[in-house]
Amino acid sequence: MLLMSVFLFVPIVFAIQLSFQQSQGFGAPEWVGAANYSRMLSDPVFWQSLRNTLLFTIVTVPIEMAGGLALAVLMNSVLPARGVFRTIIVLPLVISGVASGMIAVTIFNEGSGIVNKALVAIGMAPVGWQSDGTAAFISVMITAIWLRIGFNMVIYLAGLQSVSPELYEAGRIDGAGRWSLFRYITVPLVGPSSFFLLIMNVIASFQVFDIVFVMTGGGPGFSTSVLGTYAYRNGFQIREQGYGAALGVVILLITLLFTYVQWRTSRSRDLVD
Amino acid sequence: MSSSTITQIASPGDPAPHGAPRQPRRRGAREGGRAGRYVRLVIAIVASAIVFFPLYWMVVIAFSPRGDLFRPGGVQLVPSSLSLENFVTVFQRFPVADWFLNSVVIGAFVTALTVTVNLLAGYAFARIRFPGRNVLFLLALATMMIPVQAIMIAQFRLVAGLQIYGTYWSVILPGAAAAFGLFLARQFFLSIPQELIEAARIDGAGHVRTFTRIVLPLSKPLIAVLTLLTLLGSWNDFAWPLIALKDNALFTLPIGLLYLRGQSTPDFSASMALALISVLPMVVLFLVFQRYFVQGFARSGIR
Repeated sequence: MLLMSVFLFVPIVFAIQLSFQQSQGFGAPEWVGAANYSRMLSDPVFWQSLRNTLLFTIVTVPIEMAGGLALAVLMNSVLPARGVFRTIIVLPLVISGVASGMIAVTIFNEGSGIVNKALVAIGMAPVGWQSDGTAAFISVMITAIWLRIGFNMVIYLAGLQSVSPELYEAGRIDGAGRWSLFRYITVPLVGPSSFFLLIMNVIASFQVFDIVFVMTGGGPGFSTSVLGTYAYRNGFQIREQGYGAALGVVILLITLLFTYVQWRTSRSRDLVD
Repeated sequence: MSSSTITQIASPGDPAPHGAPRQPRRRGAREGGRAGRYVRLVIAIVASAIVFFPLYWMVVIAFSPRGDLFRPGGVQLVPSSLSLENFVTVFQRFPVADWFLNSVVIGAFVTALTVTVNLLAGYAFARIRFPGRNVLFLLALATMMIPVQAIMIAQFRLVAGLQIYGTYWSVILPGAAAAFGLFLARQFFLSIPQELIEAARIDGAGHVRTFTRIVLPLSKPLIAVLTLLTLLGSWNDFAWPLIALKDNALFTLPIGLLYLRGQSTPDFSASMALALISVLPMVVLFLVFQRYFVQGFARSGIR
């Protein structure tokens, strides 16, 4: 048994160790110290990718969470055929990022996509989903939200199950309206779920890769470039492996920061319980 | 405690186990309860329709005659004629059968390896005392959070060094080093009553015997969740296979899909046919084993 657990760790530890060694930078396998990192500071594409990643996170995470909570409350209420609705909303969770990206590319295509056709049909101007950077980024974010909202709903649903119905009853007796019940009972009581989702969504957003890579490849120009695609571009498309590895480490550090925050908080919560 | 909440969300098909007691109160206590119910129904229909539409559209395009997408009338919301042309084309022009088989083989190996290792290691972490146990466990959990971008270059050099670059193994071995299942397995094994295990030990059973005779038979739900989630992850994995597989004939379905996208003239109709082929197995699995999938998502926090 012990041997088995060692068998699991060796590759992982090895990979971590390797990644840290590499992160010190080798262009050719040569020690370049912090050169890769100082290069980052003066690389406008890095800053743009970082800005895009932040923007992506700031826009998608609140929508995913608010939408997930709203759907969870809806699915937790009396509703005919609720199982069918739930199944549909969770379904994108099993669709790969690549397939989602391909579907999105087809739907948002400027010439033949149904979104532009629908826009024209109702008398609006078609949108340059591929040629305009902002529009392209919006289409990527819509796809990301589509992919992740079901996950948020699942977690919130689990959280809602632990809210006792008596609380709502008490609130109602005190004359609280529907919104107050939601605001002062539901929202605080699903706080742990919210926190968990916040962390998980932020981590996922900082690592976003598949859909961006498939939909836009970071373009047009670098207008939809995110840290994940930029690291891949450097590592495997233009063969700047040392720089790519350094970019990967930046993503890793951001991820570990959020993981640490979550670990600390969940630990203190356990102590309180 | 969490197991009861999970089982409730885990069976979305059954009619309102927890909503039921609230039902009479809602109807009675609130005027407009009936209207509220219709409003909720309409919202649910609209939301589901929006979420479902892209998948529906993929199916419609996949089964529409080739070229319809670019004709003025275009593909209709409800297709007037169905055709298998896109599937024929995609099978003729690309080694789709190979890609499918590759996905199956890699998925099967990754799943078998990962589930076995996670079960054994999860048991070790839950039930066997050894020095450094907690530190090792935390380390393993930390690896869950490591983004592929951070280690892809290291891994690339590693598989190149092992001379397995471009083979099945370059995808299978790193794929099997996933730790999320370890977390689930440990939690599950911790929930098995200690008395049961002690009783076995008193009867003279060693760790191996206890594990195979007592623990494993109790672990069927855990094994189901682990198997499904690992298979799903492997089937949909993209970034790493994209790096590790160079030979067209060894591609998995997601990489094949990207390969189609990279063709000089993008063929959306054929892409949708291939996309449908690639998502269908997981959609079917999900519809059949929804309970386990949702349980896994909810407990492990991964998708």
